[in-house]
Amino acid sequence: MKFTLSWLKEHLDTNASLTEITDALTMVGLELEGVEDRAKGLETFVTAKVIEAKQHPNADRLRVCQVDPGNGETVELVCGAPNARTGMIGVFAPGGSYIPGIDVTLKPTEIRGVLSNGMLLSEREMGISDEHDGIVELPEDTPIGKPAVDIMGLADPIIDIAITPNRGDCLGVRGVARDLAAAGIGSLKPLANGPVPGSFESPIKVHLEFDDPDNKPCPYFVGRYVKGVTNGESPDWLKEKLLAIGLRPISALVDITNLMTIDLNRPLHVFDADKVKGDIRVRLSKSGEKMLALNEKEYTFDDEMTLITDDNGPEGLGGVMGGEVSGVTEETVNVFIESAYFDPVRTAMTGRKLQIISDARYRFERGIDPAFLETGMEIATRLVMDLCGGEPSEVVVAGGNPDPGRSLDFRPDRVRELTGVEVTRDEIQRILAVLGFEISGDGDTWQVQIPSWRSDIVHEACLVEEVIRINGFDNIPATPLPRETTLPKPAMNESQKRRAIARRTLAARSLTEAVTYSFMGEKEAALFADIPDSIRIGNPISSELSVMRPSALANLIQAAGRNAARGFANADLFEVGPEYFGDGPDEQRIAAAGIRTGQTGPKHWSDAPAPVDAYMAKADAMAVLEALGAPVGNLQVFTDVQGYYHPGRAGELRLGPKNTLARFGEVNPKVLRALDVKGPVVAFEIYPDAVPQPKAKSAARPLLTLSAFQPIERDFAFVVDADVEAAEIVKAARGAEKVLIDDVRVFDVFEGASLGEGKKSLAITVVLQPTENTLTDEEIEGISQKIVQAVEKATGGTLRG
Amino acid sequence: MDNPDQLRDDILKDVDAASSVDALEEIRVSVLGKKGRITDMMKGLGQMAPEERKAAGQALNALKDEIADALETKKTALADADLDRRLMTEKIDVTLPAAPETLGAIHPISQTIDEITAIFGEMGFTVAEGPDIEDDWHNFTALNIPADHPARQEHDTFYLPGEHGERKVLRTHTSPVQIRTMSATKPPIRIITPGRTYRSDYDATHSPMFHQVEGLVIDKTSHMGHLKGCLIEFCSAFFEVDDLPVRFRPSYFPFTEPSAEVDIGCTREGGEFRIGHGDDWLEILGSGMVNPNVLSNCGIDPTEYQGFAFGIGIERLAMLKYGIPDLRTFFESDLRWLRHYGFRSLEVPGMVGGLVR
Repeated sequence: MKFTLSWLKEHLDTNASLTEITDALTMVGLELEGVEDRAKGLETFVTAKVIEAKQHPNADRLRVCQVDPGNGETVELVCGAPNARTGMIGVFAPGGSYIPGIDVTLKPTEIRGVLSNGMLLSEREMGISDEHDGIVELPEDTPIGKPAVDIMGLADPIIDIAITPNRGDCLGVRGVARDLAAAGIGSLKPLANGPVPGSFESPIKVHLEFDDPDNKPCPYFVGRYVKGVTNGESPDWLKEKLLAIGLRPISALVDITNLMTIDLNRPLHVFDADKVKGDIRVRLSKSGEKMLALNEKEYTFDDEMTLITDDNGPEGLGGVMGGEVSGVTEETVNVFIESAYFDPVRTAMTGRKLQIISDARYRFERGIDPAFLETGMEIATRLVMDLCGGEPSEVVVAGGNPDPGRSLDFRPDRVRELTGVEVTRDEIQRILAVLGFEISGDGDTWQVQIPSWRSDIVHEACLVEEVIRINGFDNIPATPLPRETTLPKPAMNESQKRRAIARRTLAARSLTEAVTYSFMGEKEAALFADIPDSIRIGNPISSELSVMRPSALANLIQAAGRNAARGFANADLFEVGPEYFGDGPDEQRIAAAGIRTGQTGPKHWSDAPAPVDAYMAKADAMAVLEALGAPVGNLQVFTDVQGYYHPGRAGELRLGPKNTLARFGEVNPKVLRALDVKGPVVAFEIYPDAVPQPKAKSAARPLLTLSAFQPIERDFAFVVDADVEAAEIVKAARGAEKVLIDDVRVFDVFEGASLGEGKKSLAITVVLQPTENTLTDEEIEGISQKIVQAVEKATGGTLRG
Repeated sequence: MDNPDQLRDDILKDVDAASSVDALEEIRVSVLGKKGRITDMMKGLGQMAPEERKAAGQALNALKDEIADALETKKTALADADLDRRLMTEKIDVTLPAAPETLGAIHPISQTIDEITAIFGEMGFTVAEGPDIEDDWHNFTALNIPADHPARQEHDTFYLPGEHGERKVLRTHTSPVQIRTMSATKPPIRIITPGRTYRSDYDATHSPMFHQVEGLVIDKTSHMGHLKGCLIEFCSAFFEVDDLPVRFRPSYFPFTEPSAEVDIGCTREGGEFRIGHGDDWLEILGSGMVNPNVLSNCGIDPTEYQGFAFGIGIERLAMLKYGIPDLRTFFESDLRWLRHYGFRSLEVPGMVGGLVR
């Protein structure tokens, strides 16, 4: 919302400085976007009279001018403008001034043998418009030697403020002035709004044709016929006003509607009455109806839009834009002025569907003052008569104000209770009164009548907000938030703590955390899971971001590909984030997913790097599960893995057959091929919330019992079939003796011709921990035999001789 | 019998002159061995008179001990010299690089959330969460944003098909977590809600996914002064500027009334941006007293309870604090970026050890 300082002062009687005003705007909630000082850099330009303009002796298109800049000296200069002539008053730039429009600092220059000591400027040279047909011509009675910015009205700064969606009332300069007056920046001037008597009955009548009495897209329409107008150019004061805020002057009648919109937040439409056939009928559109709008585009309507029609069909789209056919032109003689109220929601929907952005729509969809239709019409009529002449009819009124007036109960104590600020009751009354609220009753509950222009005020808290924003947010006392307990309780729950542990464990294991989008391309997602319709985005920004991800792995693998393309082939990345399998609140879960790609590290003189392998991913998964307190000793490795893993080089870590805590392994080369990423890539996915809650509620550990006897180790090597899993051997050995076997570790795997086809040797260390006494050779031999028998029985293998 | 003094001097000279452990052993045998000179002399003691024998015996024992010590000392010296010679042959090039260890990193978004949690945790807030895929009620309607409200359009919402004509949305803010918490919990409530949020917008300053943290306090007495106190404390702690200027401005959000936007002081003097005292303000968050309609929508009686809420963009906080210039780079997973702007795993932010190392 833009306006000039002097425009604001037409409504606000104030001595406040520009800074005081702009600071106050921000602090009442009308945030300052900027102040444009058009006078800046133009201070040296003065009004000057051309005493004589003669043909340049050596150039056909140039003139030599004697210019009086009002300082008692006459300056000679060369000017090429076609309109430079004796007696005119223009804008003079003395030597040494900077000319912003052409980025030049003036120096005395000889032009075709004549010394030029200054310049007469066009608007473009001044940097204030694109006008360059000639130099600026000021009225004949303009005093000379005065700063041009003052004479041209450029000293008037342009103020630009942001209006929040609730403050439709401040989409007019007067509304802004009212807020400032409440905040103590001067007082609101009265509005000249006496009625203009009509001398005849309007030949155009208005009919509101809506079926539903409770839902009227246009409940109230005020019209007036004015005959015998002349629609010429607007006077300078009006053109300057509109130009200052970026509106192009069109013609007096159109400019008046724009002025009413910006000044009083009263959008109007003016029809050329001679092009309106029959009466005005306001009704809902019929599907397929069309209209050429004022922006010269044709629109086709559905059956939910508000149309202003005559016997020819649609002439205006209510609250959004007028029609081209019945619009005013320079030839217009008789007009019909529309001042109406359109339903905000329907206006917004219509504008959105047709993608029309207009000053009218912007205001109607935020709600204009429904009690200001007739007053607005009187003010507009006077403007038309002043600028275009003519004779007004009596006012035509159809329907009536849809807002019967509302009042709220208000407890002034709520100001203190809700904000902590002590504002006296007198000051509360003053603030509300200046804003237009009418208070009745006293005591602890007041009845407050809401002004017709404040549709945003709907409950008591709104009134508290009015008081407190005008009283100043700076006056709200910063109060420490009292603690509910002396020491805070932990901020994170178990699940959140697990994520933090997983994240920092993985980062400590040399993986780098990424945060990738929750959505991904459908084709890529399909490599990881069947994507249900419920997680396909209806309006994706691109096909690469069209479904919710079933796993973060696809994003990470693609990120590895991008990093490889930049020369970083070893990308060890992880993400702790959601994955989705449906649209319900319980159909997303947290996974700590990660990948390792390429080699274990850079080439090194002693530690040769190796390609990443599934066991590295397994180590990552195990480390995180251990850090999360999972019973890692009880985990079983299952090999029925998801299709995006290598079918023979991946596993799932489960507790029991169903509860999968983690997956790990090589990524299936088919997936890498589809994602165009070079392998090897190994991956893991850990589900922190699948780890069972610890049973013990106490932090106390079980008592540590230390054996007085040294543990002893015995090694065994077994020859087994190649497809026997290490876990079977370990499990069998462990089970051979319940008390004394403390640990079983695999320390060697060997396959070779010496063992025979389809065989392998697997060697384990068994750690025995005596509890009662040092073990005798016989006892150790006995346990060893049990171990050998158990493994041989379980695997069909033999102890390697 | 030899003169003991002469004997001692002779033997010690021999010990000192010995050049190897073997030579020392020879000396030991020749002196202290079964047929050694001192052993012989010890044997000769038996023929002496008792008084004489006592004195001579003590002298001989002392001599024997002295020589044994001298032998041991010399032996150690010789062994050390041997070791020194060997060590000189074992020299390695210690300028060679040790085996490389790749460092991992924590993403700035995670780190910033941890910092925010540490600060609000100190003020008694707990972390609440909810689903990313939401329904209209939790994301809009309950928050006092009716279907036809212009604010709903401004949210640039992503839609999912849903079932029975009830479309779902990707939450446009973490406010639905406030709704879920208020609907399920009896006040007092004091939560923060960090999480992923989504808006259908992509340009230099917008990402279709970003992170927010919102805060909510509901009880019988918390007012806007508390909101101000709480947020000033937070801003000052987060940006680690003791007397950070913080400004509250009236604004509008459908779910709060009164509503405030919060600016912090900053300066761009000399072309360098800095947070703190200066001539300029930077908007960093929105806040306000929870709208009574929102409380009612969650089954909380607005005549009994009141409170405040606020919302902050996490990437924005991280960008300001850590000087990260571009929002979009947060999600590009560029290792160079992640290593440069990331944090070490042990840099866990806390109010005891500090937010930043």
